[in-house]
Amino acid sequence: MNMELSRRGFLKVAGAGVAGTSLGAMGFGEAEAAVAAHVRPLKLANTTEARNTCPYCSVACGIIIYSKGDIRKKERAEVVHIEGDADHPTNLGTLCPKGAALKDFVSSPTRLQYPMVRKPGSDRFERISWDEALNRIARLMKDDRDANFLAANDAGVPVNRWTTTGFLAASATTNETAWTTFKVVKALGIVGFDNQARV
Amino acid sequence: MTNSWTDIKNTDLVVVMGGNAAEAHPCGFKWVTEAKAHRGAKLIVVDPRYTRTASVADFYAPIRQGTDIAFLLGVIKYCIDNDKVQWEYTKGFTNASFIVKDGYGYSDGLFTGYDESKRDYDRSSWDYVIGEDGFAVTDPTLQHPRCVWNLLKEHVAAYTPEMVERICGTPKEKFLKVAEMISECSSPTKTMTSMYALGWTQHSHGAQNIRAMAMLQLILGNIGVRGGGMNALRGHSNIQGLTDIGLMSHLLTGYLNMPTEAERDFGTYMSSRVFKPLRPGQTSYWQNYRKFMVSLQKAMWGDAARADNDWAYEYLPKLDVPAYDVLRMFELMHSGKVNGYFCQGFNPVLAFPNRGKITQALSKLKFLVTMDPLETETSRFWENHGVYNEVDTVSIQTEVFQLPTTCFAEDEGSLTNSGRWLQWHWPGATPPGEAKPDTYIMAQIFLRMRELYRKEGGAFPDPILNLTWDYSDPNEPHPAELAKEMNGRALTDLRDPADPSRVIVPAGKQVLNFSQLRDDGSTMCGVWIYSGCYNEAGNNMARRDNRDLDNTGTYLDWSFAWPLNRRTLYNRASADLQGKPWDPSRKLLEWDGTRWTGYDVPDIAPNAKPEEVGPFIMNQEGVSRLFTRGMLRDGPFPSHLEPFESPVPNVFNPKMRGNPVARIFQNDVSQFGNSDEFPFAATSYRLTEHFHYWTKHNRVNASLQPEFFVEISEELAALRGITAGGWVRVWSKRGSVKAKAVVTKRIRPLNCDGRVVHVVGIPLHWGFTGSAKKGFGPNSLTPFVGDANIETPEYKAFLVNIEPTTPPEVVA
Repeated sequence: MNMELSRRGFLKVAGAGVAGTSLGAMGFGEAEAAVAAHVRPLKLANTTEARNTCPYCSVACGIIIYSKGDIRKKERAEVVHIEGDADHPTNLGTLCPKGAALKDFVSSPTRLQYPMVRKPGSDRFERISWDEALNRIARLMKDDRDANFLAANDAGVPVNRWTTTGFLAASATTNETAWTTFKVVKALGIVGFDNQARV
Repeated sequence: MTNSWTDIKNTDLVVVMGGNAAEAHPCGFKWVTEAKAHRGAKLIVVDPRYTRTASVADFYAPIRQGTDIAFLLGVIKYCIDNDKVQWEYTKGFTNASFIVKDGYGYSDGLFTGYDESKRDYDRSSWDYVIGEDGFAVTDPTLQHPRCVWNLLKEHVAAYTPEMVERICGTPKEKFLKVAEMISECSSPTKTMTSMYALGWTQHSHGAQNIRAMAMLQLILGNIGVRGGGMNALRGHSNIQGLTDIGLMSHLLTGYLNMPTEAERDFGTYMSSRVFKPLRPGQTSYWQNYRKFMVSLQKAMWGDAARADNDWAYEYLPKLDVPAYDVLRMFELMHSGKVNGYFCQGFNPVLAFPNRGKITQALSKLKFLVTMDPLETETSRFWENHGVYNEVDTVSIQTEVFQLPTTCFAEDEGSLTNSGRWLQWHWPGATPPGEAKPDTYIMAQIFLRMRELYRKEGGAFPDPILNLTWDYSDPNEPHPAELAKEMNGRALTDLRDPADPSRVIVPAGKQVLNFSQLRDDGSTMCGVWIYSGCYNEAGNNMARRDNRDLDNTGTYLDWSFAWPLNRRTLYNRASADLQGKPWDPSRKLLEWDGTRWTGYDVPDIAPNAKPEEVGPFIMNQEGVSRLFTRGMLRDGPFPSHLEPFESPVPNVFNPKMRGNPVARIFQNDVSQFGNSDEFPFAATSYRLTEHFHYWTKHNRVNASLQPEFFVEISEELAALRGITAGGWVRVWSKRGSVKAKAVVTKRIRPLNCDGRVVHVVGIPLHWGFTGSAKKGFGPNSLTPFVGDANIETPEYKAFLVNIEPTTPPEVVA
């Protein structure tokens, strides 16, 4: 970031100034100073900020995420507010009815927390550890690949194609996730590979 | 987008057709409002519905869904007939003067070369006459009867205002008003922008919808200029990025192509990708293809990709069909030929057509893995929800893994917006529970597979064992490392070819951009068009300087735009043949006698002389294509095609159903409906309060639009005895849904060729998970057929029937 002081950061500094200095020096009388002393600091004054972009449509509005706790210091951080980034050239701080409710996406009651498995024929999901899930998935993939991988076509030309397992990539993951996914999926020989742009 | 969101403020006329920006892209639409308020720009909306975009338009014209090509060819004809053409641009920057081979022709709704049994054209006659010098023959006077311009005039002759009214249902005087307003933008000092979205792509002739407008924009001289362009608004925050990075069956990164099995070795693959210029002195930038391809192979497989093994070309899978696109994969799955499937942030049970078929297909899988921050209908496709998901759970033998992922608030990296800006974002929260980033999950799948292949051997393990994975933490690569890989670096010292004593980039350093890539294995680069995003200057995607010199709207120091931080594609075309801006008040670039200077990164070599080098440097011709040779499967010009399910026959060929070359699977033929049984023309769309199937999980948005509904006109309600707010059943040949009826003046019946066509509007935001009421999506009804070139499903035009009904049973 090349901005030394964000907008909220400025308010934070200004807020601290109100609490810690004599307002008399700024021309206020004692009565006003007494009132000011009772004014609570802004709710956002104790939050950390992260610059982010809205994950919905492709306008990519700038947003600021305010959190309790600082993940940069490895603290647990919880989102308390999300608003439009007034520094952003496209949205200039505005958000639509979807973007304005982004906090509810992050803390949705149906946010997934744990890996789950639904066994064949079962009517429920059950908890499974990451290790168990990933080992099982890798096993299923390898068995399918070894059984169905087509190394060459009828003419003997190497084709190295795996058509019996497919992969649908997302529409809102980062480019860096996309590149990781591209590498793994194409290296495995999977050809049934698309993203949301197909639709 | 050829231009950017912030550039829309520079326009004189906005045409929204095939989209609804005010509701689907509200904060981007702000720039339309800006242009209207501060430039006096006008807004035209052409849509079957009187949308919220239409409600602030200067002029609204209704149109029957699926007939945009007829409308746009009608406008092109109007412009030609009324001499409203930007002649210097059309003659200098398009292929209007190119002579087309004898043999090409068009009659009865078909181009030459059609083979009904193959559902395909022999496209060999759709090409230029090539002279003895190896270049395309042209007639700059446009007198030759076989030049593109005269063929275009002939092709659009049928699209009179009367014909447009017959096909589109747009009253003639409304069409003429739109045509007249658009034609004014043929002035070099007036520009028009086209804003479109899935209203144009989700058709069996979607690519041709877009071409029709691109052709119109070219003859008006509106491509490459400020306030102009073809602007695909794009529906999701990073489908631009995922497509740029080649996460598609037929693509590699940066629009390089997946090889086919006909291309048995690297030499054969490259032999059809020489890209020799078709006119003297042209750039034909794809001549650098080999550099990008070799650098990609080096990024993938490092030292295992060598000159003596064809750069590990064998490692790449080879296609035997044009693509294993999603429709083909679900067809194969439905036939029991797919065992495993991964859905990374994707919900096919609501996203793909003919939901009944999708659910049956998933039920035949051995295993399904979903990776998502939220519950999805797909991960719970086996769960019975009464009418909302009627499945026999016990009989479904699919093993399903639901893996929880982080969301935007918890991860770091870049997204590419529709204006091609790569914007970096930073995390602000701890993931819930045990949720993990997708990079972790993909790394773990890879590492575990690699370990299994190391231990056990198996089918062709080489591409897996040799995949480059040199991250500081192999278990979870850091976004910055991945971004640097996409940018590319020198593997050995890169020396100046003119002065070998001079090292341009030392080994191990990031390349500045793709101009430094080489085809001898001395460079690696994951995604050539992104090269420059993270070079030795640092992470350019994280740049946040929002100054904008002279208020041009370019914001060159904000984030990074591909390619090369260029904000407007084809920007050399913003200046005339001598290099002077067409409109001095809207300058982007100018030739100063020795080089191109201005507000944007030139889309041409900085010292390329204006009279010698054409602006469309990616094309072998150096100019843009009004006639697109054999590059699209369904015609070198767009032509009117009806949807596969249409309320009226095609006026040019009443026997022809849909797009004559679109792929149809045999199993789906019996599932197309006809207008006698399904008389009403349905379409699908988004609401401003919801984003796809995600926001129904948010309490705020679920409260704002809690319940599935369909929209119909007062006339259709009266015809079928439907009351406002009453329950209706809507059904197609493939499925049936129940919904509340919204009876509105915003949809009106159209009169097409003497028939009254009623439109049924079906929004797409409900399912059986989340906080909103349970409901359905349009995909329960839509046909399993896609665009002839790219297989995007036909969601925007299909047939249904409708009747009043009782409420659905209550499901817990």
